[in-house]
Amino acid sequence: MIPELGQLALALALCLALAQGLLGLVGAARGEPVWMAATRPAARGQFAFIAIAFACLTASFVSNDFTVGYVASNSNSALPLQYRVAGVWGGHEGSMLLWVLMLSVWTFGVTLFSRHLPQDMVARVLGVMGLVSVGFLLFILFTSNPFLRLFPAPPDGHDLNPLLQDPGMVMHPPMLYMGYVGFSIAFAFAVAALLSGRLDAAWARWSRPWTTAAWCFLTVGIALGSGWAYYELGWGGWWFWDPAENASFMPWLVGTALIHSLAVTEKRGAFRSWTVLLAILAFALSLLGTFLVRSGVLTSVHAFATDPTRGIFILALLALVIGGSLLLYVWRAPKIGLGGDFEPLSRESMLLANNVVFAAAAGSVLLGTLYPLALDASGLGKISVGPPYFDTVFVPLMTPALFLMGVGPLARWKKASLPDLASRLRWALAASVVAALTLPFAMGRWGALVALGLLLAVWVAASGFVQLYEKVRNAAGGVSAWTRLSSVPRATYGMLLAHFGVAVFVVGVTMVKAYETEKDVRMEPGDTVEVGGYTFRFDGVRDVTGPNYVAGRARITVNRNGSLVSTLYPEKRIYKVQNNVMTEAAIDTGFTRDLYVSLGDAVSDTAWVVRVYHKPFVDWIWGGCLLMALGGALAASDRRYRLAARRPQEQYVAAAVR
Amino acid sequence: MKPRHKRMAMIAGGLAALGIAAAFVLAAFRENLVFFFTPTQVEAKEAPQGRAFRIGGMVVPGSVKRQADGVTVQFVVTDTAKNVPVVYRGILPDLFREGKGVVTQGKLGGDGIFYASEVLAKHDENYMPPAAADAIKQAQSINEKATHTLVEGGAGRK
Repeated sequence: MIPELGQLALALALCLALAQGLLGLVGAARGEPVWMAATRPAARGQFAFIAIAFACLTASFVSNDFTVGYVASNSNSALPLQYRVAGVWGGHEGSMLLWVLMLSVWTFGVTLFSRHLPQDMVARVLGVMGLVSVGFLLFILFTSNPFLRLFPAPPDGHDLNPLLQDPGMVMHPPMLYMGYVGFSIAFAFAVAALLSGRLDAAWARWSRPWTTAAWCFLTVGIALGSGWAYYELGWGGWWFWDPAENASFMPWLVGTALIHSLAVTEKRGAFRSWTVLLAILAFALSLLGTFLVRSGVLTSVHAFATDPTRGIFILALLALVIGGSLLLYVWRAPKIGLGGDFEPLSRESMLLANNVVFAAAAGSVLLGTLYPLALDASGLGKISVGPPYFDTVFVPLMTPALFLMGVGPLARWKKASLPDLASRLRWALAASVVAALTLPFAMGRWGALVALGLLLAVWVAASGFVQLYEKVRNAAGGVSAWTRLSSVPRATYGMLLAHFGVAVFVVGVTMVKAYETEKDVRMEPGDTVEVGGYTFRFDGVRDVTGPNYVAGRARITVNRNGSLVSTLYPEKRIYKVQNNVMTEAAIDTGFTRDLYVSLGDAVSDTAWVVRVYHKPFVDWIWGGCLLMALGGALAASDRRYRLAARRPQEQYVAAAVR
Repeated sequence: MKPRHKRMAMIAGGLAALGIAAAFVLAAFRENLVFFFTPTQVEAKEAPQGRAFRIGGMVVPGSVKRQADGVTVQFVVTDTAKNVPVVYRGILPDLFREGKGVVTQGKLGGDGIFYASEVLAKHDENYMPPAAADAIKQAQSINEKATHTLVEGGAGRK
């Protein structure tokens, strides 16, 4: 009964989404206030029904209803409760449902926080989001219905992929999808602007907090995925340039360009067409990411060819959304105009350079991800593009971006002066050069790439402090330091914190790349190995039993200078249902280093191959990402977006009075 | 400079920067491409010497041997027509099994041994990496053709 209820709820949500889309767009075009007013309740109803459908699927998972095909293939009665809940988005159908749930959550958010927007703008934004939702609901109902019954029902489920039975994997997809789908708001605002021809600073101010919020979720989602790969895959890497990872990284790169370009559009009215194009592209790449991961082309282009319904549907949806919006862009963008003028040396030009870099980076990832697929699909041979390509491309591309990160926020709008900037930044420059020349020696070995990484990280951090100091000095808040500090807008703190997060991230990447040590050794009980100044003693392996697996668990004692640092218990698990072997690494996390141990194969009754890593500063990578996301959250919650809300109405009133 | 000229100059500068970036990305791309070869192609010396590439196929049952250090592993990859011996130092992925598909990246030594730097087996137990499956399929279709030629034009080989 419950699955049928869920399916009914989805169908009703589809009707409401259709109503929301048509009433919003047609109503706004014809200027019908009643039609436009109906979009809000329609959007809220759609959210309610999708939430009901999602709850129904969750209930089927929790109650082990294996008559539902999707539950049977992604769960098992021995699976712990939290993973049964996570199993809802463990497979294709459920993750599509999660996708539309996220879309309806964002849409619901727009209906709540859009009171101050002109009615036709809200109607168009909700209309566009409604149509996107229609596309995905049709996709779910016709090609990926999670509620289909299985007959005859199997006695027990096929179990969730053991790789996904992990807390990181529970949170990773919802965060990632919140980010992907969040860009639909920026997209909807862009399309609404193109349709209405209204694209000004106010428009940018409306769309900015949403875009930044989506970017925060995407940042956290990517960081969670990276962290999961680090400790769950047992290889100790934090980023593999795997196509599935690239699929989430491309929208992030374009989204990063977009939030910077929106800043210019809001403050100076410039970059308008470019901002709109980026908003379209960010969402297009989110859709492409969904397509790449969900259509099966990544595992094999041939799998796509043998069961093309899903792939063709997403591809058609992709073509419709991207093609349609780009056509609209070509048609309407000339009306928008270019906006304010600026000198070659100004904050605008630096933000433009930032945009060029991020666009080029996104393009290079796109090339490295799609070209091998295209070649394979057309039968021209098999190639792979690995980390060496991306490493070669990203270091020189990101170097100017990081340099500009220090200068840009200090430069004046419209026209900046080089001598002035140089004198304000001389201490930051000195600090970073000294750090680059000395810090690597403190780590034991100087290298050009380490020096470059540290130079840029310290440069970003130090110039951030200069920016903070100048902001506070110039703040009009009064005499006491505290009132001055609190009069600096929250968005500025957000920007500084996010940029500081980038510095932290760069330190992590640089240090771990340069100074990590890895050893694969054969160990008998009692054997020791020394890595990174730590002594690892292998104490043997004993059998343990988990809820749905059996495992060999090793004990490894870590000492440094004779005193105990940590005891690690890496495991080799066999998940019973699918008979899968899984390596469960054991990690001792520290502020300046991780000690990472994973078990290889048993080479005799007592001896095992053991992989031991010493990874300096690796946690700074994810710490940096969290700081970036936190900074974004601060910026998105700035007072001015809420105050600005009231201003247009006040202006209307003022105009009426006059 | 008039504002219009200035804008043109800036656009030209932006395009130039983008062009340089694109040229650089493409160069890096060409340099770091990793091609895929089947054991038959390796045997026929189609694979490059001294440059990394990938081979794929099935791990020959009974071919996996550990050297005395316990960490270096030898195995043979086959596409059912030709074999390539592989040496790898490190931990094999969880799903590496004899008789199952594998893709590995490395360089071919002068001794005909493939020195792997990476062994990939990102798949579940029923699933063959597509590249490995392809290699086997290709070899088999060539085999079939070969048998056909032998039957039809028996004196083909001189």
